[in-house]
Amino acid sequence: MTDLVAKVEQFLAEHPTAGADPVEWLGARFDAGLAWVHFPVGLGGLGASRSAQQAVDEAFLAANAPQPNPAAPVIGYGMAAPTILKFGTDEQKQRFLRPLYTGEEVWCQLFSEPGAGSDLATLATRAVRDGDEWIVDGQKVWTTMAHVARWAILVARTDPSLPKHQGLSYFVCDMTDPGVDVRPLRQITGEAEFNEVFLSGVRIPDAHRLGAVGEGWKVATTTLMNERVTIGAHAAEREDGLIGAVAKTWRERPELRTPGLHDRLLRLWVDAEALRLTAERLRQGLAAGQPGPEGSAAKLTFATLNQAVTGLDVELHGEEGLAYSDWTMRRPKDADWASRDAGFRYLRMKGNSIEGGTSEILRNIIADRILQLPKEPRSDVDIPWKDLPR
Amino acid sequence: MSDLLYSEVENDLRASVRDLLTDRSPWTSVLARVETDKPYDLELWRTLAAEMGLAGLLVPEDLGGAGASAREVAVVLEELGRAVTPTPFLGSAVLATSALLAAGDTETVAELAAGQRIGTLAVPLTTAPHADFPSSVRVEDGKLTGRVGSVVDLEVADVVVVPAIGADGPELHVVPTASAGVTVTPITPLDLTRRIATLELAGVESRKLSGDAATALRTALTTGAGLLASEQLGVAQWCLDATTEYVSTRHQFGRPIGSFQALRHRLADLWASVSSAVAVSRAAADALATGSDVDIAVAVAASFCSELAVHAAEEALQLHGGIGMTWEHPVHLYLGRAKSSELALGTPERHRDALATLVDLPA
Repeated sequence: MTDLVAKVEQFLAEHPTAGADPVEWLGARFDAGLAWVHFPVGLGGLGASRSAQQAVDEAFLAANAPQPNPAAPVIGYGMAAPTILKFGTDEQKQRFLRPLYTGEEVWCQLFSEPGAGSDLATLATRAVRDGDEWIVDGQKVWTTMAHVARWAILVARTDPSLPKHQGLSYFVCDMTDPGVDVRPLRQITGEAEFNEVFLSGVRIPDAHRLGAVGEGWKVATTTLMNERVTIGAHAAEREDGLIGAVAKTWRERPELRTPGLHDRLLRLWVDAEALRLTAERLRQGLAAGQPGPEGSAAKLTFATLNQAVTGLDVELHGEEGLAYSDWTMRRPKDADWASRDAGFRYLRMKGNSIEGGTSEILRNIIADRILQLPKEPRSDVDIPWKDLPR
Repeated sequence: MSDLLYSEVENDLRASVRDLLTDRSPWTSVLARVETDKPYDLELWRTLAAEMGLAGLLVPEDLGGAGASAREVAVVLEELGRAVTPTPFLGSAVLATSALLAAGDTETVAELAAGQRIGTLAVPLTTAPHADFPSSVRVEDGKLTGRVGSVVDLEVADVVVVPAIGADGPELHVVPTASAGVTVTPITPLDLTRRIATLELAGVESRKLSGDAATALRTALTTGAGLLASEQLGVAQWCLDATTEYVSTRHQFGRPIGSFQALRHRLADLWASVSSAVAVSRAAADALATGSDVDIAVAVAASFCSELAVHAAEEALQLHGGIGMTWEHPVHLYLGRAKSSELALGTPERHRDALATLVDLPA
């Protein structure tokens, strides 16, 4: 690990950060294998252990180095990259990973559909083979950052005669294809962070398929597991995240304090600290080669906590809590929640228990995979998708 | 950042304690024993304390201890909690030992470490680390007089560390319970597996400790509160495991009740909280071992794990249904332990109150 930090120092000496063009600079970092050190050589990594990444990230942060593009990093970094690494061909890895890392190309995720949310495997978007291409038709929803994305990871149905989990395939979709129509989906916050995406006769080359035909569910599961870890396990410093905003207001505005809010605040402070330590324990476990199942717990707890904290935040603001800064329909390019008011955060965090797998689905996953409780009876898994009631 | 994982040594220690408790302290034995006049199995205590050397984990090697740290003690407490084993470990190996070490004693602490004698700390078990120094015992003409209620493990203690008010303020004294003028009156406890008693001192001879009494007492109570969180984790873990097993086998409406979503989701939530309790209690143990960030880590762990253990025991009882309400099922032993431990060494509210000052979130 000290070797790697020395490598970072050397890289910084050769590539000064001051005044650097972020894309060029990040490209050089990728080429030096210091993007994701556990990725293979030539693909942004050095084949090092995953545990070394934190020291590398911290060294670059300390040097005030350009950071990866803040636009939709979760999808590209957290989900697309590990999925491409695991299931992609050499050509796909060479083509996609570098511009994904530098931020030249933003990614989005074409998974959810109006009729397939929690029950994602029910999805109806069709991909029909036509020579070396697939022709895709369907409608996707809740697509974060589709309005700025260059590429999308896409799950589509390639065989409706099979049971729902078996007839799916996984593709990389070019968002500039003329058949792709991205429309803003205005949310309860007033803005349109998400989109609806209509796919009409979109032609995807077979070379942009990830994994085997019919193996789409397996590939998607990898993406989704990475999504949960990404969403849940990111806490770092004490009072990092939303609790910090409320604590700050509490300290700076003594006139807003009440005894009832005080105990609630302290409880939530303890819960936030517990979540931070849980995420830290998960990170230490991963670094030591003992991946634990705490990622699922962290995502579940994160949602509950964020909603409680932002609810308290609105109440603490008293009369100001009645006001809302701006209902204008915007299409943001990043998730800058800290600069918005308490009301915005309150509304936005309602999505935390729905996006990336609802809390209910997550509890089912914990019950099945971790506690190994008896499963609920199901009637849908052996029936061809085309015969399922919808 | 503190080390939140279990080391190999700690895992080995856990395995040996669990093996011993599985053999010698199954819940059937615990239940059979709690209504007798010997609720504590002192044979088992001798094995744990003397043969395995667990009473001296916190004690340096030159005083006859194991020279280990709070991290190892925490692992032992997890197992003692998981088995609700009635032992004087909290009173003797944690509270009395910490107070004696902090006050610079080298004599009594060595006897406790060797498992030759059992000690405890003469404060009501509800005392929080940040409480005022107790004033119910006074030093008059060099002798101790006063009364202390709800002293943990006092029934089996050979020696007590007594906080008392002398002419110049707080003092700590060591008193053998066999001394003239000492009366020990057992109290029927809510927690059948952890005994409390009233201590009365009527002009009792004692040995005064030289160290700063207020600091030593506070250190002992902070250590106790931080480590009790690990015992509470053990209680919660048993409740989760036992309930998961039960709902997987109990059938109603033609299927195991663990296949009903209402129950599955409650257990998934409980599992998530227990996962957090592991991290939080490890952080407290590590802080006590390294001496860094102690007060905040302990307050967080005490608040979080106290409430979790009670919640876990209450969920366990409810999800066991009718059998959970019976004497013959052990869940009541865990509920009693969990609810009493919530009051022990500071309620969650008291710890959050302390936190308000520590992290600058004043009322």
